[in-house]
Amino acid sequence: MFTLQIFLNGLVLGCLYACIASGFSLVWGVLNVINLMHGSFIVLGSYLAWGAYQSIGLSPWITLVIAAPLFYGLGWILQRGVLNRVITAPVLVTLTMTFGLDLMLNNAMLLAFQADYRKLNLDPPLGTLALGSVVVPVDRLIAMALALALTLVLYLILRQSRVGRAIIAVRLDRDAATLMGVRVPAIYAAAFGFGTAMAGCAGVLLAMIFPTSPVSSTAYLGKAFVVCVLGGLGSVPGAVLGGLLLGVVESFGAWAIGPEHAVTLSFALLIAFLIARPQGLLGRQGFE
Amino acid sequence: MSFRRTDWMLFGLVLALGLTPWIGSPYVLRLGTFACLYAVLAMSWNVIGGMTGYPSFATAAFFGLGAYVGGILLTKGYPLIAALGAAALVAFVGAMVLGVVLLRLRGHYFAVASLAVAEVLRELTNSATDLTGGGMGLNIPLSAVAGAGIAQAASFFFLTMWGLLLLTLAAVLWVERSKLGFGLACIRQNEAAADMIGVNATFYKSLAFAISGLFVAMAGTLYAGWVHYIEPPDVFDILFSVKPIVMALLGGLGSTAGALFGAAAFLALEEIVWRNSLQGSSGILGLLIVLLLLFLPRGLVSLGSQLVRRPHVETAPGNGR
Repeated sequence: MFTLQIFLNGLVLGCLYACIASGFSLVWGVLNVINLMHGSFIVLGSYLAWGAYQSIGLSPWITLVIAAPLFYGLGWILQRGVLNRVITAPVLVTLTMTFGLDLMLNNAMLLAFQADYRKLNLDPPLGTLALGSVVVPVDRLIAMALALALTLVLYLILRQSRVGRAIIAVRLDRDAATLMGVRVPAIYAAAFGFGTAMAGCAGVLLAMIFPTSPVSSTAYLGKAFVVCVLGGLGSVPGAVLGGLLLGVVESFGAWAIGPEHAVTLSFALLIAFLIARPQGLLGRQGFE
Repeated sequence: MSFRRTDWMLFGLVLALGLTPWIGSPYVLRLGTFACLYAVLAMSWNVIGGMTGYPSFATAAFFGLGAYVGGILLTKGYPLIAALGAAALVAFVGAMVLGVVLLRLRGHYFAVASLAVAEVLRELTNSATDLTGGGMGLNIPLSAVAGAGIAQAASFFFLTMWGLLLLTLAAVLWVERSKLGFGLACIRQNEAAADMIGVNATFYKSLAFAISGLFVAMAGTLYAGWVHYIEPPDVFDILFSVKPIVMALLGGLGSTAGALFGAAAFLALEEIVWRNSLQGSSGILGLLIVLLLLFLPRGLVSLGSQLVRRPHVETAPGNGR
């Protein structure tokens, strides 16, 4: 029963990891940009949820509806205004560029919110749900379900919508897509917008579970790296599978060798995967 | 292989820097020490990042490794020279082994893997409390290294850092002009072709990675002795990986002179920003990075490229992916 509890904790964590990583993976896969701002977007999303709840008592799941277009717009502007100018440059330049932008965003958040940890406490608390001897807090369960739903929405957008198919087309072959009449800069901006929206929404959900501080952004970014490489670049199902795998491995790892080694374990997994299977678990190009 | 006139000019400039303790105030001495440290980091990174074209974010890993290996030996009472030697050896061997494994990856994958190395090392250092002091950090007593007196210690660490800079400059220029440097340039331009004409790419790349790590680790040891107190988030800070890249980009990617001038220019910018806005310094630093990449992607050298007659080196387009 104890094992089952750990497994379930891992699954809850894994769904959130999937939500964190799917947007990051989309941007990496389509734009070929490693977006170091992803962690800060997540933290910004958490602050939005916290602020909305503190000031006007808006529940996080309602904040999601506001957060998605807001963050989409932010990502779209950043891509159009800044990143599109260096998109063809080598990885060194794009990576350093997102690092510079991240320094600005993180510094702004530090000035605005200080480095204190803040926690969104729902009032009244939602309590816990007991299934036999396995106990799950209801807020975590809701966050998990919403995270999965969001990831599914992204998958459906990529698979069904016109802009989604264009994103996949650009990912598969940029030149051919251009010849078919796809406006590549606009599609890059849309893809970056979706990635940013996913980060912001993940942040809103995480605000229900974990305390927020600008300094937690690197931890989230690290998770996105690992999940993305485990699952395979640019693939939404890959992000889900990678997220669940990382969540479960971390939960069991924390129990077996101590929580202080959880980060080491996940990065060791990352390096092992990079060497042995760099395309990830589900890494087939553009198969969304 | 012979040094060119520009190389001797570089040496002259660096030699002149060595007069700082006799002419400058303690503040200038601190800046001078930082200038030497940054120049060592930037020139070392240039070996793997500029000459070989592999986007390494492992500088922080070697820096922290050197700081901890050297720092621990210093607290146990070993002399500075032994600590430096041990740090250099550990980094060299570690980078050689790591290089054989990691340098098979290219572009983004290599960047992420090298970033992860620093994270893993930081967490390991954090959890090995018995040896490293973990999150409490490591105190390195002043008397263990440079004798008594703060002013004396400041001069001592400036001169050792400056000595390391001279050593690094000589080594890096030698690499640039030697057969190794030629091989690295071949690898940067087209690795498959380099392999075909008989360049042992794996060995060359690993050697470049190891040479780059060696000097960074020694700089880490000196830094640890200089500041007397190190902790994992400080010496394994990702900024130590990014700053050398920004310096190299600032000076013009691919040349040792560019890295050297980039380091000086970066230090000047950083100090001005830091002095005038303590709270917002990292944000302004970020803004400078963004502006640099948008408007001056070829660095300061491109402003006066007529004055410095030097073939401009670009990263190979093949390494973009």
